[in-house]
Amino acid sequence: MAADRTTHGYGMDLLRLTTAGSVDDGKSTLIGRLLYDTKSIFEDQLEAVELASKRRGEAGVNLALLTDGLRAEREQNITIDVAYRYFATPKRKFIIADTPGHIQYTRNMVTGASTAELAIVLIDARRGVLTQSKRHGFIASLLGIPHIVVTVNKMDLVDYDQATFEQIADDYREFAAKLEVEDLTFIPISALQGDNVVEQSARMPWYRGSTLLHHLESVKVGASRNVIDFRFPVQYVLRPHQDFRGFAGRVASGTIRPGEEVTVLPSMQQTRIRAVQTADGALDEAVAQDSIVLTTEDEIDISRGDMIVRRMNLPSVGTRFDAVLCWLNEAPLNRATPYVLMHTTRTTRAYIERIVYRIDVDTMHREAAESFALNDIGRVEIVTTAPIFFDPYRVNQATGSFILVDPATNVTVAAGMIRGEVKTAERGGGLSAELERSRDIVWEGWNVPREEREKAHGHSAAVVWLTGLSGSGKSTIGRTLERRLFRQGRRTMLLDGDTLRHGLNADLGFGLQDRQENIRRVGEVARLFFEQGSIVVCTFVSPLRADRARVRGLVPEGRFVEVYVACPIDVCKERDPKGLYARAERGEIPDFTGVSSPYEEPESPELVVHTEHEDPEAAVDRIVARLTDAGILPPE
Amino acid sequence: MQNGEVTAESGEPTARPGERTHPHRSSHLDQLESEAIYVMREVAAQFERPVLLFSGGKDSITMVHLARKAFWPGRIPFPLLHIDTGHNFPEALEFRDALVQQVGVELIVRYVQDSIDQGRAVEETGPNASRNVLQIVTLLDAIRELRVDAAFGGGRRDEEKARAKERFFSHRDVHGQWDPRNQRPELWNLFNGRKNPGEHFRVFPLSNWTELDVWHYIAREGMALPSLYFSHERNVFRRGGVLLAQTDFVPLLPGETVERRRIRFRTVGDATCTGAVESEASTLDEVIREVAAARVTERGGRSDDQRSEAAMEDRKKQGYF
Ligand SMILES: Nc1nc2c(ncn2[C@@H]2O[C@H](COP(=O)(O)OP(=O)(O)O)[C@@H](O)[C@H]2O)c(=O)[nH]1
Repeated sequence: MAADRTTHGYGMDLLRLTTAGSVDDGKSTLIGRLLYDTKSIFEDQLEAVELASKRRGEAGVNLALLTDGLRAEREQNITIDVAYRYFATPKRKFIIADTPGHIQYTRNMVTGASTAELAIVLIDARRGVLTQSKRHGFIASLLGIPHIVVTVNKMDLVDYDQATFEQIADDYREFAAKLEVEDLTFIPISALQGDNVVEQSARMPWYRGSTLLHHLESVKVGASRNVIDFRFPVQYVLRPHQDFRGFAGRVASGTIRPGEEVTVLPSMQQTRIRAVQTADGALDEAVAQDSIVLTTEDEIDISRGDMIVRRMNLPSVGTRFDAVLCWLNEAPLNRATPYVLMHTTRTTRAYIERIVYRIDVDTMHREAAESFALNDIGRVEIVTTAPIFFDPYRVNQATGSFILVDPATNVTVAAGMIRGEVKTAERGGGLSAELERSRDIVWEGWNVPREEREKAHGHSAAVVWLTGLSGSGKSTIGRTLERRLFRQGRRTMLLDGDTLRHGLNADLGFGLQDRQENIRRVGEVARLFFEQGSIVVCTFVSPLRADRARVRGLVPEGRFVEVYVACPIDVCKERDPKGLYARAERGEIPDFTGVSSPYEEPESPELVVHTEHEDPEAAVDRIVARLTDAGILPPE
Repeated sequence: MQNGEVTAESGEPTARPGERTHPHRSSHLDQLESEAIYVMREVAAQFERPVLLFSGGKDSITMVHLARKAFWPGRIPFPLLHIDTGHNFPEALEFRDALVQQVGVELIVRYVQDSIDQGRAVEETGPNASRNVLQIVTLLDAIRELRVDAAFGGGRRDEEKARAKERFFSHRDVHGQWDPRNQRPELWNLFNGRKNPGEHFRVFPLSNWTELDVWHYIAREGMALPSLYFSHERNVFRRGGVLLAQTDFVPLLPGETVERRRIRFRTVGDATCTGAVESEASTLDEVIREVAAARVTERGGRSDDQRSEAAMEDRKKQGYF
């Protein structure tokens, strides 16, 4: 009962493409031509178009009307949107994301391009390479589309002239050299006459390449898929009965087989895959895009938003990353808004912590920006309130892409492509002072802006972060510092590890994850007091660089003063004010920093104090001087 | 495959060896299936009270098949909702009830007749009276009553111009209305199902399928269909270029004559406006060959779509399926 394969049966593959062109370049005509010549148009549709053409007083059938349910909209001047078209040849099924050229172009094209593997960029042979044509290429390369086909249209209007075509191809090639495009192809066509669209043109014997359709049928599909790094975002947990616990999802990238050793993020628990299952039976192997159910050898707690990966091949795990953001909404980017970030199957809150630059999509120049408006594209740093598991978009589109949703309107406002982790060392390097200063933009959204409070208080807000081993003297210095500041009439607050662990963080232990969460919460609390205009003195062991960097990222540049309270471990052990080292040595306290858990020294703290041979008052003097130098405290 | 008798076996997803392209399943049907399953799981995860709108047609039946695969070995974690116009083909109802039994899924039925009796909807009059528009009232009432937050529809983008712009996750306001000018951009496969209380989503897992894809899939999976889809003899009459079945619901106009013809239906819905085509295709293969060669869209056979050029878009805005 196998179906007749000549009727486009089972064995076809699928190519998703997007089309881009300025208004009147002939995009609708071209798509109409593809549909018409591949016989994807039904008689009733054709009749409707004939009727409409006649009504408009046009001779013959206007193929553009076939796809232009949107033309009416254009005439009425209302929002133009992405529309999807389908056609098939015996070899392949095609899905076209048709994104009409308009002011909202960038948004539409980004949307259409996000799922495409090939982009057709239309150029009118009479007009040559326009700014817009470059913009289309830029967006296609930004979204990582591996194949770009530049169709030089309306060749009939330039007498099918080879030189015109070659000139345009040269111009575009020169521009595209600046982009990351794997495969760039040029085809001279006439959408209206049909030359080189489906049929080879007899009027351009000088062109030896493929027709557009032939090219579409023969490009390699799946070229942009990552087949190496196994990533499985858990979508849904299936628990039909006591004896079955399966993790449903779609393989984002890579492959998986039964028996392979895996790690579950974020818990870092290890297990082995018992089976790769589907309703049609177990598989020997699942590959990217397969919707499957995984079962594991060990009963471990896994829920939606977790990610199963191979033991020796982990993605980045973190709350800070560097990304290219495309702004898709009329309401501009607001740095005070806790956007909802959707990434794989995981959802968290996110702040746009810093705008690094905006890209002028026409010139591709970078420029300073305080916010992004509709259709803006640029580079940002994002901080999330819970860790996400990501790879650079360039390497893995499925785990490198995310969207931002406005929590007030629930509308998708931005599309993002992750570049990588934010490295603190990169800070300040390479960027102009002007761009750096954009970090100091006032946070909108606080009722009384911090700047006003600071004016009233007569000093600036800051977070003074004292880090060091237990017993190094952080608390003593912190208390002395706060007293001193308070006596001078400054707004202050002291956040101390023990105090917070009694209340807000009472639920946390000292394992790696809990330590991270502890510092994350402390950071958020510090930020609140900071916004309230205080000099927040924080004394926490905070052994991990990444955690401290994360807190640093919560406040503007220059307002985080990291003080390394250095003291040799032997001296600390000797002091042992709370008897903790003794207990840790006896193995009574697991994960004790300096004994059974590492301490990562700050690489470039604002200040180092050596408590072995510096008394607390002297250390405080130096900290106060540092705050004065930095302009946080007024000169004495 | 017989003409769609539901038997214990025929509805089982049977993978026939050699016809699947495992292990590297990359055919377009595999991809469409995987995408639809992904969308269904996403809905089950993001929403609290989804329903699957079940019309009795092949697209609905395909969705039930996909839902079963998506949640296997568990049961489908949401009910089917049938908005019954009262103008059914008996074969479609029988098929529905057998399918529900066999799959073990909950079926909720809400009746347009009830909406009319309660004065919530007013029956159209005239020879072409249809309850298709009235369904909107019953549907929206049911969505409110059941506090549905996501309703699966079988809509495909290839069906009609207005649908070409439709999203997988399509937001509806508190009045159940679609605003085509204000849709959320949908990027990669990140589906944003966030909403305010009272609003809901229509979700279309078959968005990227064409009519032919659905037929090929039905054949590949060995799915059963109501016998209406296969060639059979029936009393029909012609109205406005469309062949309609003779039923109690549609009074004949003067001049219209009933003839007995061999026909089949390309869609199965309200009997008053579902057009038939003359056909000898009595197996799935024959149907597929016929669909592949067809020169008229499947909706071309629906008299309700022909009422006006913008018919579909208008109905969608009001909250149609
Ligand atoms: N001479 C000629 N005209 C074309 C060609 N392609 C499109 N056109 C015309 O250019 C105009 C704009 O085409 P249309 O497809 O609507 O452009 P769109 O705005 O890009 O969709 C119409 O008048 C078309 O008939 C072509 O290859 N040759």
